[in-house]
Amino acid sequence: MAKKPAKKAPAAKAAPKENFERPPQPERYAASQGELLEFYKQMLLIRRFEERAGQLYGLGLIGGFCHLYIGQEAVAVGLQSAMTVGKDSVITGYRDHGHMLAYGIDPNVIMAELTGRAAGISKGKGGSMHMFSVEHGFYGGHGIVGAQVSLGTGLAFKHQYSGDGGVNLAYFGDGAANQGQVYESFNMAELWNLPIIYAIENNHYAMGTSVKRHSSEPELYKRGESFQIPGLQVDGMDVLAVRGAAEVALEWTRSGKGPILLELMTYRYRGHSMSDPAKYRTRDEVDGFRGERDPLEQARQELLTMGASEDDLKAIDKEIKERVKEAAEFAENAPEPEADELYTDVLVETY
Amino acid sequence: MATELKMPALSPTMEEGTLAKWLKAEGDPVAAGDILAEIETDKATMEFEAVDEGTLLKILVPEGTDNVAVGTAIAMIGEEGEEVAAAPAAPAAQASDDDGEGKDVGRDESEAAITKDLPATDKSTHVDPDLPEGTAMQATTVREALRDAMAEEMRADDRVFVMGEEVAEYQGAYKVTQGLLDEFGARRVIDTPITEYGFAGIGSGAAMGGLKPVIEFMTFNFAMQAIDHIINSAAKTNYMSGGQMRCPVVFRGPNGAASRVAAQHSQNYGPWYASVPGLIVIAPYSAADAKGLLKAAIRCEDPVVFLENELLYGQNFDVPQVDDYVLPIGKARIAREGSDVTIVSYSIGVGVALDAANRLAEGGIDAEVIDLRTLRPLDKGTVLASLAKTNRLVCVEEGWPTCSIASEIAAIAMEEGFDDLDAPVLRVTNADVPLPYAANLEKMALIKPEEVVEAVKKVSYR
Repeated sequence: MAKKPAKKAPAAKAAPKENFERPPQPERYAASQGELLEFYKQMLLIRRFEERAGQLYGLGLIGGFCHLYIGQEAVAVGLQSAMTVGKDSVITGYRDHGHMLAYGIDPNVIMAELTGRAAGISKGKGGSMHMFSVEHGFYGGHGIVGAQVSLGTGLAFKHQYSGDGGVNLAYFGDGAANQGQVYESFNMAELWNLPIIYAIENNHYAMGTSVKRHSSEPELYKRGESFQIPGLQVDGMDVLAVRGAAEVALEWTRSGKGPILLELMTYRYRGHSMSDPAKYRTRDEVDGFRGERDPLEQARQELLTMGASEDDLKAIDKEIKERVKEAAEFAENAPEPEADELYTDVLVETY
Repeated sequence: MATELKMPALSPTMEEGTLAKWLKAEGDPVAAGDILAEIETDKATMEFEAVDEGTLLKILVPEGTDNVAVGTAIAMIGEEGEEVAAAPAAPAAQASDDDGEGKDVGRDESEAAITKDLPATDKSTHVDPDLPEGTAMQATTVREALRDAMAEEMRADDRVFVMGEEVAEYQGAYKVTQGLLDEFGARRVIDTPITEYGFAGIGSGAAMGGLKPVIEFMTFNFAMQAIDHIINSAAKTNYMSGGQMRCPVVFRGPNGAASRVAAQHSQNYGPWYASVPGLIVIAPYSAADAKGLLKAAIRCEDPVVFLENELLYGQNFDVPQVDDYVLPIGKARIAREGSDVTIVSYSIGVGVALDAANRLAEGGIDAEVIDLRTLRPLDKGTVLASLAKTNRLVCVEEGWPTCSIASEIAAIAMEEGFDDLDAPVLRVTNADVPLPYAANLEKMALIKPEEVVEAVKKVSYR
């Protein structure tokens, strides 16, 4: 005869809704006209740079994979404008040109890397997906989807270990959000209270697979819940909303509360890479974002409302166009790496 | 009828232990599940439970006895009042390494040739030839040598830290990190969850940020989960960044076959990692090399895969008593000088090669044994110079034959030493199968000195 259980245990236990500390709801950043103008300039630089990169790709001057950031500019500019170059570190995946430009890295050496020239930031050996600037605290530029999340957690470990007061910002996409190592990293980051901002750039598609088709929980800001990492969903098409979230996230991490997760709702206008015709979405959908939510147009209208003149903005347009033209000319005319570069930099030391 | 209670094996690799305490006295009744005694292994103190009920008739091994071999009768159990026949006295265990995590339980002396001690007539050396004469030596296990290397480098450089599963509070799954937590604290000796991919990435990222992480894998078999970061993140970074971003991380842990742990825990990854440009791959045999090369690996600005061997952890070797014993990476060592044939090996294979060399010496063949020590970059010069002297080459590798280090050595001999060859290069490797569990099959699959002797005779046309 089977023994009766001494006491009936509850069949299941629902998780309490608020079982750990949460950050305050971010407010839209109250930028001065000058600040917003600066954000606008940076976003415009990214837009024009990427457009030109697309053209150079079409001309065969850029090869391999080339992932453009057009449409997502407000994310990089909004987040990184709140960070301190040289103190805080940034790491991202293969769609990295925008993040580099937003951290003040010279467009010439980025474009020259895209064209595979010796003057490129990686001496032409890395290409679009593999660019770094240790000087700026920009740690790549990683081609393996999700790898930057563990690596960024390692950089956050370094900030904590050396007590340098820095914070790591690790970007990844909605596609990378399904990689196992992301959750391995979440676990350790919270366990060890590491200063890291996990920024999911949700551009709605993991290459050609929409979020609804790839994620059982499509609200990705909730993905940290079971690790007790709080998450915030942010309008990633509004640079001031992003900047407002960055303020909250940085305050959270700098005050020693450990990791925080931001889901930035954004959209890429171009295909996943230059070779993607993007047939998995409708023209209307793209036009909807581009026509109504474009981050540059929103900022432009707001600047006009704040009192900026059309002439001022035209002058900025011209200045940025010139800057990108210069970068493209530099990248086209710079020589390719010398043949003996083939065998350099494999190892640091000689044995 | 009275039955003997035998000293239990409390871990897969335990050979002996200390009978710390009897919790029952002679004459006490015993029920199944009662704790009879406490037994200390090198890892922990374990409780020994009764399986059957009865009366503890006689204690054969008193408490406090050290080195009680597994299988020794330690007590008699039976019915109350039963007469106990004179039991044989407990044999003292043969003096052997009590940290021997990987000693092969279940294999007899002849079977355990892979870890056999060398005879006194052996002319092999285990330390670097460049040491000044008269340098004091200290017998040290490979395990201790590795720990000493980490401790010394941690004392010298605050950027060095150790991270991995069970490295801190447990003192290391194989006790390699024993004592590090006490000396350096939890900031620098860090237990991780079981999450190889994640902590390999964290280690690589920390190294990119300027720290010097030592990442321990409980075994390199588990590093398969992390191999993406070892190859794609660590090895390629310096090149991809045009020399701008480094990744000075050390990935270390046991590699290769242990004892009866079967296919998923018994692989040699030396050839895998050695095929990757951007990595340094080290696989030492002796304790001196383990120490000197691990120190070099930690100081190195390149990412290092440091392949240890569980069966060697407990083996004693002389380690020079000098301050800061650091060895050059990428230099092979002549472990035994000889003139008739060159045997090239690394890691545990060196022991097999030296054993074979001693047997060959009895038959009049004087073999030179080269311990590669570093698998990448490979010290071709030492191999080719030896080949030019002996004109015969045999490669010995505890690992699979296909695309192996042995294959690489054979290719180098073909390409760069062809005119020196008087016979084809032969490879002695493990069988080309996943390592089986059954003791007899496992033995068949692993390299043996007899096979090396046979191969050497073949290339010597003897």
